[in-house]
Amino acid sequence: MAKSSLKIDLRTSPYIRKAHSVPQIMRNVVYALLPLAAYAIYQFGISALALLCTTVLASMATEALFNYLSHKKQTLNNYSAVVTGLLLGMTLPAGFPLWMGGVASFTAIALGKTLFGGLGFNVFNPALVGRAFIQAAFPVSITTWTPALASNRFIEFIPSSLAIPFMKPLATADWSAQVTIDGFTGATPLALMKFQGIFTDSYDLFLGTVSGSTGETSSLLILVCGLYLMWRKMLDWRIPAAVLFGTALTASFFYYLDPSQYPSPTFMLFSGGLMFAAVFMASDMVASPVTPLGIFVFGCLVGFLTVIIRLFGGLTEAVMYAILFANAATPLIESYTQPRIFGARKKAQEKS
Amino acid sequence: MQLFKLFRKKTFPHGIHPEEYKAETNAKPTRRLPFAPEIIVPLSQSIGKPAKAIVFKGQQVTRGEIIAEADGFMSVPIHAPVTGSIKAIENVPGAKGGKQTAIIITTALSSGQSVMDSGLQQDYQSLSRKELIQAVKNTGIVGLGGAAFPTHVKMSIPDDRKIHTILINGCECEPFLTTDHRLMLEKIQQLILGIRIAMKCVDAPKAIIGVEDNKLDVLAAIQPYLPDDQSIRIEAVETKYPQGAEKMLAYSLLGVEIPSGGLPSEIGLAVFNVATLAEIGALLPTGRGLIERIITITGDDLEKSGNYLAPIGTSIRYLLDYAGFTGTEVELILGGPMMGISASSLDIPITKGTGGLLVLDKRASEADDISPCIKCSQCLQACPINLNPSELGLLAAARKYDVMEESYHLNDCFECGACSYVCPSNIPLVQHFRIAKTLNRERHLQNG
Repeated sequence: MAKSSLKIDLRTSPYIRKAHSVPQIMRNVVYALLPLAAYAIYQFGISALALLCTTVLASMATEALFNYLSHKKQTLNNYSAVVTGLLLGMTLPAGFPLWMGGVASFTAIALGKTLFGGLGFNVFNPALVGRAFIQAAFPVSITTWTPALASNRFIEFIPSSLAIPFMKPLATADWSAQVTIDGFTGATPLALMKFQGIFTDSYDLFLGTVSGSTGETSSLLILVCGLYLMWRKMLDWRIPAAVLFGTALTASFFYYLDPSQYPSPTFMLFSGGLMFAAVFMASDMVASPVTPLGIFVFGCLVGFLTVIIRLFGGLTEAVMYAILFANAATPLIESYTQPRIFGARKKAQEKS
Repeated sequence: MQLFKLFRKKTFPHGIHPEEYKAETNAKPTRRLPFAPEIIVPLSQSIGKPAKAIVFKGQQVTRGEIIAEADGFMSVPIHAPVTGSIKAIENVPGAKGGKQTAIIITTALSSGQSVMDSGLQQDYQSLSRKELIQAVKNTGIVGLGGAAFPTHVKMSIPDDRKIHTILINGCECEPFLTTDHRLMLEKIQQLILGIRIAMKCVDAPKAIIGVEDNKLDVLAAIQPYLPDDQSIRIEAVETKYPQGAEKMLAYSLLGVEIPSGGLPSEIGLAVFNVATLAEIGALLPTGRGLIERIITITGDDLEKSGNYLAPIGTSIRYLLDYAGFTGTEVELILGGPMMGISASSLDIPITKGTGGLLVLDKRASEADDISPCIKCSQCLQACPINLNPSELGLLAAARKYDVMEESYHLNDCFECGACSYVCPSNIPLVQHFRIAKTLNRERHLQNG
């Protein structure tokens, strides 16, 4: 006899599920970012390590604080704050003053995420909100790049890293000149292109033996890490693909217009934060469209705006604003790109 | 292009590939289940009006005798599943919660339980279409794939619509269930006869049996029985959920889309389940009624899982006992794991539409917390009819049920559950949609 003590659980269909949970996805994004972090630390030494630790810890602390203040359940265990902290840290110059990194993290989580209601409700990519804020607040520090592979990078901080809050950071020019090995300069390839008309070799860009923000230098490594996430089905390959497509298309247009004045599409693809942004930033699920056509439009828009700002805007780095703008356009894009439903009738299509 | 098609599996876009778990029962031949001491026969076993009881308490009934007759066009008669005496006609727990009226029969233990002879000999070829459809109705057959839609209603095609092909659904895309698989191996002659009857009822010259390619033994077994003139064909389609949905099957086999909100007959199709037609083929020639069906008893904590020919009205309690159930805390599901109904009581009986009793213990998905939608778009890539479940879920949370219906095609959702299956945030999307549909229906009724 079936026992009378039998406990029957009641639920609604479906009774089986197979999905990566949100914490699982976020955890794997962290795993995918770790090799990039390791490479950054190899390139820039303890300053990069300290900066990444600062941004991650500050992000987590901010999230915990706001959850506490609003009497919400703690959400640190879904790893999304860690992801935001890591992403943010990766886009900053290695010698960025640590306290400013903390401010950036605070802004990212507070203004970019919790203000909208937390994970799932943010309109913009939180890490980029943080970066946009400090781009405006500390324009000098965020464009002060130091050379990679400095000889004493594992024992000595870049002087600007340890700046006292609200004090002017130490100038790094002397230090840079002192540690520079032949062939490496502090100026990023994009700055060289913009202000001196020098185009860095795409091969160097691809491997990442150039100056730049902490985690953005090696396109190859970024692609490998991205492929891992795509293989685990935790990253939608369509978004990076669309961003790269949009960039290549727009850059090609200008390149064929006048190759002497405009950089080649490969330079555009592999320079600056584009690859990193395409793989890890634009693909932020929450702030990007869900509809198939919308994803394509979104990606192309990011690529198009990036090239336009890079070529004609006042900034060297453009992809951040391009993504933020596309994030803002996401609801609009979605409303115009709803999928055609199966068996849709002609009349119904006209109505909607 | 033609060559490309040759290598391409017949299938539909999107959908999911759940673990099948069919190997546990699909090699076990169907066995007859003994008669339970008490049989509970609900009066409402199909979509449409419940049948009207024509027996009284204390009356002796013979197995196969009509105990409740059809009440109008959208209704079918019910036959006694056992010989015995009517114990009561009263309210019993229903599978979907709440109460339902049922005829309770105490099985006569001394009886040989032979089926009452209807005295009819019906040759489908000599009957007219109308007579044939009436004969189908008299068998009490409803869609045995789970929907339980009265088959004779489906067969009554309006005169202005011409059916060119009937599709026979042998996909059995729900994981765990194997009744159709066994049936297509064991009841081939009845199935072919049923197909011919259905072809005559809807006046269709062609029939195609669609079978998922995880059942290739079925193709080999049925092939020799098919006519040489190609009027009945069998085709393999990709093993993918929900391949057995009529819209998906029609697309996979013929590349056509059944219009949104419309019936298959609009594009010249009629779709039936294999089990439905096999039962028609078995019952109609001798004028008998549907009194038993094959059910897969499977899942966790069972010593004797398998396929059983069970009298309609057998309780879950009896089925579990017979299958050697050992669990202490389980989910009991009538039907498959994707679309089945969670049963709340052991006293709920199986009905005409019940294809499986699934016991989930260790394989039940864990009840994780629901987290906010992260707009990963997995659900859009799973939805077989191209809805936007992500947006629909957000609208449901905001209780904008009217927007869901008007702008996001809520009513096209047939609740297959693929979106909930893939959701990383564990949002009960299908449940949201069911509630939204129900509330919309109520609202429309109120507004006239």
